Amino acid sequence: MFDMGEFGFYIWGSYGLSAVTLAGVTLWTLAGWRAANRKLSALEPRAPRKETKT
Amino acid sequence: MNWLFRYANPHNFMRLSGVVLPFTALATVLLLALGLYLGFTAPPDYQQGRTVLIMFIHVPAAVAAELAYGAIAVCSLLSLVWRHPLSDTAARAAAPLGAIFTALGLVTGALWGKPMWGTYWVWDARLTSFLLLLFLYMGYMALWNAIEDETRAARAAAILALVGAVNIPIIKFSVEWWSTLHQGESIMSGKLAPVFLTPLLLMISAYALLFATLWMVAIRTAIVERRARNLMQGGA
Repeated sequence: MFDMGEFGFYIWGSYGLSAVTLAGVTLWTLAGWRAANRKLSALEPRAPRKETKT
Repeated sequence: MNWLFRYANPHNFMRLSGVVLPFTALATVLLLALGLYLGFTAPPDYQQGRTVLIMFIHVPAAVAAELAYGAIAVCSLLSLVWRHPLSDTAARAAAPLGAIFTALGLVTGALWGKPMWGTYWVWDARLTSFLLLLFLYMGYMALWNAIEDETRAARAAAILALVGAVNIPIIKFSVEWWSTLHQGESIMSGKLAPVFLTPLLLMISAYALLFATLWMVAIRTAIVERRARNLMQGGA
């Protein structure tokens, strides 16, 4: 199942590169989401609040 | 078109995508696992031997790259016609993902080409038009970053995306219109044996779902960043 014979370099190279790239792009996308949320959370307590007349 | 605008509202998009995301992520993992299992347990191809395994990652990457560009083109059209700001955000968010899938398609294609054709690269119509897709992605992203005014940047990028969309049918039909070293259409032609077709379709679905999942996260990120930017400007 895992014996690729003389073409091992090309097959495992393709799969290795794909795995690293797809894992990398997933982590990068999730890191961006977390960073954006952290930034918003830090800003929200400082956001101006609407004043209500009593 | 009312339904489209209802879901294109950032608040509704955040709510809906928050519900859908866990399911698309789970489906991606399951399809990837099943596709890889069936791919690796398939017998060697009578001509290509075990290198046929590269098809299960090369073709899905190429399909995802074209799908991403199609998404950008549709969002760009919506943006130009209806000036909906979420369309610009969605189009911009898809570009880096599409560029990565394109690069992956090119590299895995080269690694498949060397043992099969004896060369990593040849300037035939399919390979060249697919390389052009990578340049289109790079140009699109560069244009967004080059223009400071977001409205103008969005309009210029949308026009570029729509002009570049001509390349998608060229990629698809290049193997029919010109004599190429790249093999012709095999999925729709019925030439592919079910033992290879099934894992290939599973992997294509997995890559398409992975793109959809990451795209939704990227759009959500852009919406949150915009909120943060608005707060910074409002609080200054």
